[in-house]
This record gives sequence, C-alpha cells and structure tokens, in this order.
Amino acid sequence: MSGEPQDCAGCGCGIGGTCARSPAGDDGLDEPRRAFLRGAAATAVTTLAAGVTLYSFGAEPAAGRGPDEKVNPKVRWGLLIDAGKCGDGCTACVTACQTENGWRDTGHPETDAQWIRKLTVKNPRNGATFSLPMMCQHCADAPCVDVCPTGASFKRADGIVLVDKHTCIGCRYCMMACPYKARSFIHEPLADQKPHAPRGKGTVESCTLCVHRVDDGRIPACVEACNDTAGKAMLFGDLNDPSSEIAKRVANYRTTRIRSDLGTDPGVYYRNI
Amino acid sequence: MTRSVRQSAAALLAAAFLGLPSASAFAAEPGWIPKPPRGQGDRCVADTFWMRRNHMTVLMHQRDATVHDGIRSRRFSLKGCIECHVVKGADGKPVTAASPTHFCRTCHDYAAVRMDCFECHASRPEADAAGTGKADAETPARADAHALARYLRSIQP
Repeated sequence: MSGEPQDCAGCGCGIGGTCARSPAGDDGLDEPRRAFLRGAAATAVTTLAAGVTLYSFGAEPAAGRGPDEKVNPKVRWGLLIDAGKCGDGCTACVTACQTENGWRDTGHPETDAQWIRKLTVKNPRNGATFSLPMMCQHCADAPCVDVCPTGASFKRADGIVLVDKHTCIGCRYCMMACPYKARSFIHEPLADQKPHAPRGKGTVESCTLCVHRVDDGRIPACVEACNDTAGKAMLFGDLNDPSSEIAKRVANYRTTRIRSDLGTDPGVYYRNI
Repeated sequence: MTRSVRQSAAALLAAAFLGLPSASAFAAEPGWIPKPPRGQGDRCVADTFWMRRNHMTVLMHQRDATVHDGIRSRRFSLKGCIECHVVKGADGKPVTAASPTHFCRTCHDYAAVRMDCFECHASRPEADAAGTGKADAETPARADAHALARYLRSIQP
C-alpha cells in the first residue's frame, strides 16, 4: 500500500487527494472497502443536499436558524419577478405590503409612504406596455448605504438593506441617492403601528423584504399574495444557493436587473421587461 | 475582627440604601408613589428589582441585536414586554402610551424620564389595536405560563 495520497484528477471529482473513486491501482484499496467508501460518500452528499434545501428554499427559507442565532452571511435573499405574469391593473402585492407593514395612502401622493408601487412602462414607438412592481432592490453595493452619514442605512449580512430607525436622523440623503426612488420619509406622527414593523415621524423607510417574516422562516407578504391571489409572478429565495428555485431560474433564463449599468448589484431580478 | 465589623456595617448600609426604599416604595404606597400594574403570568423575565434598574440597558442591547443581526429571542424583546404588561382601559381594550395608566408611563411620568420608543413602536399588542380581541387567545407561551401558574397554585399548602 502506498502511503502517498493519490491526486484525484483521474476521476475528475476535483477534490484532490484520494477519494472513493480514485483509479484502482496504487492506492491499494480492495473492492469491498472501496464500495463502502462509495456508499459513505453518497450518504454524505444526500445529507448535505437535504440540509442545503432545508436552509435555503421552500416553504421555510430560514428554517434551521433559531431565534438566538445571527443571520447567515452565506445567504443572499433576492426576488425574481416575471413582468409577463404581472397583471396590468393588479395591486395585490401593494395591498399585501400595506396590510402587513401598516402603511397606507393618506391622500398626499407627493409624500406618502411607498414601500412598493406598481409601474406601467410604455414603449412610445409602438405603444407596447407592461407592468411591474418596484421596490427596494436590496443592492449589494447600495448607494443609500454609502451616503448615510450616521450608518443608519445598512445592509444586513444576508443582503437585506434596512434603515436602523434608532440612528436615522431623517436627513433623506439616501432618498436622493437611491436610483429606484424606493425610499420615503414619514412626515406626520403615527399611532398604532404594527408591532413587527415600527415606523415613526422623522425617519426614512423602505421595503424590508418583510425581514420579520424571513427571520421567522416565511416569505415576504407581497410574494405570498402574488402566489395566492394573483399571477404567481414573484419568487423569493436565496440567490447564493445553487439548488434554490430562484438561483436555478436566474441561471437558466434571461433576466434583467434594472439600471444594472450603475453597478449596484441589485438583488431583485426581472423577467420579460 | 475589624474587617467583619466593616463588612456587616456595609451590608447594613446596602440594605438601607437598596432594600428599604424598594420595599417601602412598592408596598406601603403613599399616594404619590408609582404603582405599576402587574404583568400577566407569575413573574417577569428577570428579577423585578433588577428589571427596574436595567430594563433600558437590555432593551437597548436587544434592539441592536434584532435590527442588525436578526436575533429575535423573546426574553428581552420590547414586543414581549408590551404583550405581557398590557393594561386595559375603561372600554376593555388595551391602552396605548397616550394614556397615563399605560404600564411604562406609570413610572416614567413619576420619574420625568421621556420615552421615545413609542414614536415608532406599537405601545399595545397588535390584535387588540384592531379591536378584534384576538390578543386574548391562548398563545402556546401563554398557555404554558397559565399551566405552570395553575400547577404552582395547586401545590401551595
């Protein structure tokens, strides 16, 4: 038996060293032992795959993280929105967001909160239109985070861009920096906010990707509403997990990120726009 | 010998400064002393006297852990405090921080310490704010607390 581990380039697994599928010969493994190792490797892969699926995607995306655990920095939450399935007059996502997070129109469209809004885009040459929801794009290199003078605008380890309203001084620099007009400012005193979505006068706010639901292992309210009552145009998941549905679709279909030329690396992908 | 005398004197002083005011402030209750209403369940998440001194520190710590790290443990969450220390008004619904009988305000008004928590945070449980009365439903945690309370009462002589 040779003491030196064999480079595994021969079997193509890329692991290096010896592996259960090393070419027969110098490694001196007999066939039963090799079969056992094959079985062990297969089991490990199966367990690993199941674990990855459990953590990354499905009905409970964040399942496995206890309430005392920090967010997983390996995760990058994102959305895939199919504008081809997004109904023209449909506002199910907007209504769901309002109900979930407790914001509403007060008759002042210039200054009202806009966590998510529906846009209708028209090609002036041929009149073709399509409709899409627009909200915080949860950029990896977010301009709002760059410009915030107090550090209140920040990106969580799992890619969700938030405002820490405890440190927000209401300067609204982030609102000017955001290329997507995703943020709004609260001008009036509020009462009876939702306990899971604190919001108050003098601070800036935007889509939180329903961070309280994500931490609880659920999906954002807009995605749930779109899937339940509308065109199933929205998909939520972990972009960093190759086995998640969203990562597979982003890998297999042509997707667009709005103003990707700005280099902000948004976490929201669109199709058919 | 000297040391033991000094130690017992220190203990007496400590009792005089710490123990006696706490006992007199919340037991004898002259009219001008705050008397915060009891929460639900049998006990607070930590010792009551400790909570009086340190609730602001643990709430501050928890807020950063929740906002930045997504840690949503229940023990020191403001939401948990609000759900447990709910005070009902004349209409049977929980009062908001606009009412002087709100749990937090009973002491904060007395101490003249302004809270700004409720400029953003809800000061009463959600279901009751909508008037549906759902907050009275048994959550698993509350059911556990009630079962424990029943058991403790049953074993008392």
